[in-house]
Amino acid sequence: MIVLLGVLVVVIGFATKRNPLLVVGVAGIATGLLGGLSPGKVLAAFGDGFAGSRAVTIFAITLPVIGLLERYGLQEQARNLIARFAGLTTGRFLALYLGLRQIGAAVGLTNVFGPAQTVRPLAVPMAEGAAERKYGELPDRTREKVRSFAASADNVGLFFGEDVFLAVGSILLITGFVNTTYGTHLEPLQLALWAIPTAVCAFLVHGWRLLRLDRHMERELLTARVHDTAVVEATK
Amino acid sequence: MIKAEWFYWLVGLSFLVMAAQMVTDRSNPKRLGTGTFWGLIGAGFIYSSWVVTKQAPAEPLGAAVLVMACLAGFGFTGRGTPRTTTSEQRTASAAKLGNRLFVPALTIPAVAMVCAIGVKHLSFGGEPVLQEGSETILGLGIGAVVALVVAMVMLREKRISVPVQSGRSMLEAMGWAMLLPQMLATLGAIFQVSGVGDQVGKLTASVLPEGSLYIAIVVYCVGMFAFTVIMGNGFAAFPVMTAAVGWPVLIGHFNGNPAAVLAIGMLAGFCGTLVTPMAANFNIVPAALLELKDQYGPIKAQLPTAGILLGCNILIMALFAF
Repeated sequence: MIVLLGVLVVVIGFATKRNPLLVVGVAGIATGLLGGLSPGKVLAAFGDGFAGSRAVTIFAITLPVIGLLERYGLQEQARNLIARFAGLTTGRFLALYLGLRQIGAAVGLTNVFGPAQTVRPLAVPMAEGAAERKYGELPDRTREKVRSFAASADNVGLFFGEDVFLAVGSILLITGFVNTTYGTHLEPLQLALWAIPTAVCAFLVHGWRLLRLDRHMERELLTARVHDTAVVEATK
Repeated sequence: MIKAEWFYWLVGLSFLVMAAQMVTDRSNPKRLGTGTFWGLIGAGFIYSSWVVTKQAPAEPLGAAVLVMACLAGFGFTGRGTPRTTTSEQRTASAAKLGNRLFVPALTIPAVAMVCAIGVKHLSFGGEPVLQEGSETILGLGIGAVVALVVAMVMLREKRISVPVQSGRSMLEAMGWAMLLPQMLATLGAIFQVSGVGDQVGKLTASVLPEGSLYIAIVVYCVGMFAFTVIMGNGFAAFPVMTAAVGWPVLIGHFNGNPAAVLAIGMLAGFCGTLVTPMAANFNIVPAALLELKDQYGPIKAQLPTAGILLGCNILIMALFAF
């Protein structure tokens, strides 16, 4: 029972807004020691964990080229491009991105899109460009919201697309765990098929919320503008 | 054969070069701490190759990881003023280059796709061209290198220091968030060897009332969700909840369809991933990458979707799995 204190450390650490790296470090040391590992074994566990999970940080390899292109105006050009498609609002564009991300993940292309590769250099400037064409310069709050939703479209698309693909980690984890632990024989294909209903729900729910973002922005920005003109007139 | 390790070394090497730039960057008030942090990550990336093959001890790397956590956690890292173009220069450059700017950016996904679909099946002299099982990582790495070459030729940029500087600014902007995903993966492994999973399984089994299918479904799905929120990872929650409820109760006792129960259970866990800062690579890193003031912005945008989808998963399981 006492090893569960490690979980408690994590919960308390986040509740009191400590630096997550410290929370995770302390929770790891506490759990390891309470679970009967020697201090050397705890250190080794941290080392093995870092070495074994380098793949999650490999996206850093794309940063120099993205940074270089941004120096030369990549984000500005993404805005220019989207400005030409009159019918494409922020919400519609992000819903389109969600669909593409989901289809990509469902056919196994989980690393083709992503926050560093496509969201920052392309999706965000395009989503903001669509809004700027309609409303002009965006206030910071709206800009934050558009960016948050762009990140969310990428995540939702990835999570609820990839399980439809057979060779993805989570499907292989399920079959590996169940087949070895319980001695059954589950095929990845069976599991992938059962991921389809949730994938459809995810597209409908999040797509609908992305489309509503348009209406939300319209309300927020138009009232803000009315307010602004009122202030200007009052001070004339 | 092209190996994934080569790209880990390339990342490690570029972190080391950037760390050297950071130490000499006088615009950063915390240049020593920042440089040490990224230098340790870079060296760790390279040293890890021998840890993975068990040719080097993991303990020194573990100690280095804890030093990195302290450096970042106690505020010894910061960021310098990025040396970059002004907004006017960028607008002018965008007008001049036009849509050609997209070519290198799209090269990354295009090459990744070609590697994942096509080159994956190629072999040369009886050996696969790309290391097996690492095709997507290799695709990303090769794509990034090819894109950099394409971009430098297209922009007539001769100095390699320019992209390195730009990449460094983005790293400094992300700061400690960059290391969190790897730390969490480590925490999951420590929880596993310390027996946290078994304990939660026992706890769940003891509070679950017998005989109610629908309560058991809700407990399984909500348990997957909650445990994923705590662990930051559906993969860590899955063995725990499946051993506690999924297999013995839903499949063993109520004769559920194993494929449906387990697949939908995992997706209920993914709803948890959408709302937890512990899943830093999906929620906190993008917030830093997009320069959001509110690091919980993406989580807030995802919260309602996650809640609705958790309900959908419970319904789908209740309707179709039994």
